[in-house]
Amino acid sequence: MTPDRIRREVSAWLDANWRVDRPLVEWRNILLEGGWAAPHWPEEWYGRGFTLDQTAVVARVFRERDVVPAAQVGPRGLASETILACGSDDQKRRFLRPILTGEHTWCQLFSEPGSGSDLAGLSTRAELKDGKWIVNGQKVWNTSARHADFGLLVARTDWDVPKHQGISYFLLDMRQPGVEARPLRQMNGHQSFNEVFMTNAVVPPEDLIGGEGNGWHVAKTTLSFERRGFSRRVRGSSLDGRKQGPIYEEYEEEIRIATEPYTWYPQREGRVDLVLPRARETAAINDPATRQEIAKLICLYAGAKLASDGAEARRKAGTTEIIPAGSIGKLAASVIARQASHVHTMISGADAMLSGPDSAADGIIAEVLVSVPAISIAGGTDEIQRNIISERVLGMPKGYRADQGPFRDIKRNG
Amino acid sequence: MQTEFSKEQQLLRDIVSRALREKSPATAVREQMASDRGYDPEIWQELCGDAGLAGVHVPVAYGGAGGGAVELGIVAEEMGRTLFCGPWFASAVMAGTALLEAANEPDWQELLPGVAGGSTIATLVLDDLNGPAGVGGSIRAAGDGKLSGTAAMAVDAHVADLLLVTASGAGGLGLHAVEGGAPGLTVEPLQVVDPTRKLSRVAFADVPARRVGDVTAGTLDRIWDRICSALAHEMIGGAQHLFETTVNYTKERFQFGRPIGSFQALKHRCADLAVEIEIARALTHHSARCLDAGAGEPYAASMAKAATADAYMSAARAGIQLRGGIGFTWENDTHLWFKRAKGSEVLFGTPAIHRERMMTMLEGAA
Ligand SMILES: Cc1cc2nc3c(=O)[nH]c(=O)nc-3n(C[C@H](O)[C@H](O)[C@H](O)COP(=O)(O)OP(=O)(O)OC[C@H]3O[C@@H](n4cnc5c(N)ncnc54)[C@H](O)[C@@H]3O)c2cc1C
Repeated sequence: MTPDRIRREVSAWLDANWRVDRPLVEWRNILLEGGWAAPHWPEEWYGRGFTLDQTAVVARVFRERDVVPAAQVGPRGLASETILACGSDDQKRRFLRPILTGEHTWCQLFSEPGSGSDLAGLSTRAELKDGKWIVNGQKVWNTSARHADFGLLVARTDWDVPKHQGISYFLLDMRQPGVEARPLRQMNGHQSFNEVFMTNAVVPPEDLIGGEGNGWHVAKTTLSFERRGFSRRVRGSSLDGRKQGPIYEEYEEEIRIATEPYTWYPQREGRVDLVLPRARETAAINDPATRQEIAKLICLYAGAKLASDGAEARRKAGTTEIIPAGSIGKLAASVIARQASHVHTMISGADAMLSGPDSAADGIIAEVLVSVPAISIAGGTDEIQRNIISERVLGMPKGYRADQGPFRDIKRNG
Repeated sequence: MQTEFSKEQQLLRDIVSRALREKSPATAVREQMASDRGYDPEIWQELCGDAGLAGVHVPVAYGGAGGGAVELGIVAEEMGRTLFCGPWFASAVMAGTALLEAANEPDWQELLPGVAGGSTIATLVLDDLNGPAGVGGSIRAAGDGKLSGTAAMAVDAHVADLLLVTASGAGGLGLHAVEGGAPGLTVEPLQVVDPTRKLSRVAFADVPARRVGDVTAGTLDRIWDRICSALAHEMIGGAQHLFETTVNYTKERFQFGRPIGSFQALKHRCADLAVEIEIARALTHHSARCLDAGAGEPYAASMAKAATADAYMSAARAGIQLRGGIGFTWENDTHLWFKRAKGSEVLFGTPAIHRERMMTMLEGAA
């Protein structure tokens, strides 16, 4: 379908269905039934089988008309894509709809104090007792865990096989006595991530996803969505307060809670969009050295965007695996963020010492400078992306490994 | 705008790539770079006369294949990959583009078929190879059309049957056609860092010439953009070749009882290179698509030239470093690409010049 045709169809549908006086969940259910909630999903699951470009056209129309979209930002998106890819029909039926309507929020329970990069070295324990999975252990750096309804949990179910084979993947109900989330303060002052303690937390057997011992495969699926480069990244749309109508009030409330942990995420990507405006406003645009660095940034940004669009197109044609292609995009995003932070520093000069509402761009620039270090850690560090690219894209030989054989016998932290 | 290569374009790449792998192995490159002429006329005839590689971007009406910047880029990329030695870049890319952009009928009818078919070897003589702003200062056209002055460097002028010269005269900057061997013309081959691309100093002393078109600032920018886009393709092909051979070497060379490619310092350097090359390649292919569509960023070719020159040099430095001592020998082929990378980095503007050119297009001069 051509962009124009999509535009016409979605506009006509919105004319007939979009009303600002509907309750939020009711509206999103209508959106789901209409097939406009996740157009890139298959038809049997609320979608239309659109390409990502076609989906972007729909999103643009929504933005232009200030239409409230389905809830898909952050870990919600990871959950829905993972469940769509690896879940049973029963799980898709139970979980997808409340994600898209915004009734359920999610978090990702992967990292542990003892294993981060080495995700498969995790030691949270899940044991089947009286037909239910009982979970004990600790997770850490889990964004949104405090207000999440469910968590994407990886835990060890077999200690006697090599580490990747003993992992299972669960959809964990966070609202139960055995789960406790405590906030952690980050270097940029925000408290987005948490530590999560699981003490005899319970998972019903139907919430194991992908089968027992198959958790590593499912986790890789989640990671591939997380690392898909930046062309795909969906931003939480923020409203400017001028929109009138009950649905906007509810949506505002949702954004306040669900996207609060992410308000600084654009800053960790370097705020490339602010570079030229800031350079003009400060007259740094006339400085030859700064111009060189800005031009490098523009090249990096444009090139990475083109490359990731290309990778996406080839991925659809079935010629490239998703994880390695995503790793190139993720590493590029780090390079871009660091270059942007460097350029913002050049532009601000001594003013880069200041933060808060009176500093440059209402404190945004200061937040860029102290948030960019996160992008090369979260979602797999730069070093891990380089390992993946070199070994899986370039086929370079694996190094010496000290973690083979039964997991029980491997040296670990703590 | 196009975002992927079409089946026909993919096929063109396969054909060119196969032909060049056969006709331009490293042994042939070494032979030609050591010769004065710098190319093998028989192979030139096969690739340009028979296979039409000098006319991919020339309209069918003038003996070409009717392609655009994308097709030209495909050929350039494969030529760069194999370091093809010959006046293809000077004749097809530089002179061909200058004719297409600056000349008109009936000169197209007269001059293009020879260039497109490879029977005429042409080149474009510019008195400044750093940026369009410097062109036009050193060669003058007198009232009778005769040219005087000097171009410090011209690509493959030593073998050119036709020299297209930018010179300023009464009608402003123009493109002038000069026959190879014309009276008053001196072509003096220069010693060069990259022996796979020959350069000469070209001096004009009242050389008879014919003005074939005006070269306004806009025309010169368009010529520059098309040449830079093609050059970026040539460079990305070379970078890709160096990168692949380097990664392969790290899989085969053993030290400390293991392949050196298993050392993380080398892996990470290669991963960073993969990203740099990927970005440069995307910008390069994009620049040709922008030219063909007449859309996109007006500075797309400068982005491509700047990013690709840097990526090629990164690949070249790694190519030597990751091979150790053997990489620094004359015998090993890596230095051939290293030298081409260095030469291409500065031909038609260093990365810094292109970045400034971008910023000027985007924001005005500093
Ligand atoms: C802002 C933010 C949000 C996050 N959100 C979440 C979340 O929602 N859910 C979640 O589960 N996790 C989350 N994380 C955790 C993140 O995934 C981990 O921090 C990350 O994977 C690194 O693990 P680690 O912290 O244990 O560091 P380590 O793995 O201990 O790494 C320490 C250093 O060693 C390097 N290193 C480790 N192994 C290798 C190797 N094989 N080769 C070379 N170098 C190596 C690393 O690159 C790093 O530089 C978040 C992190 C941040 C910063």
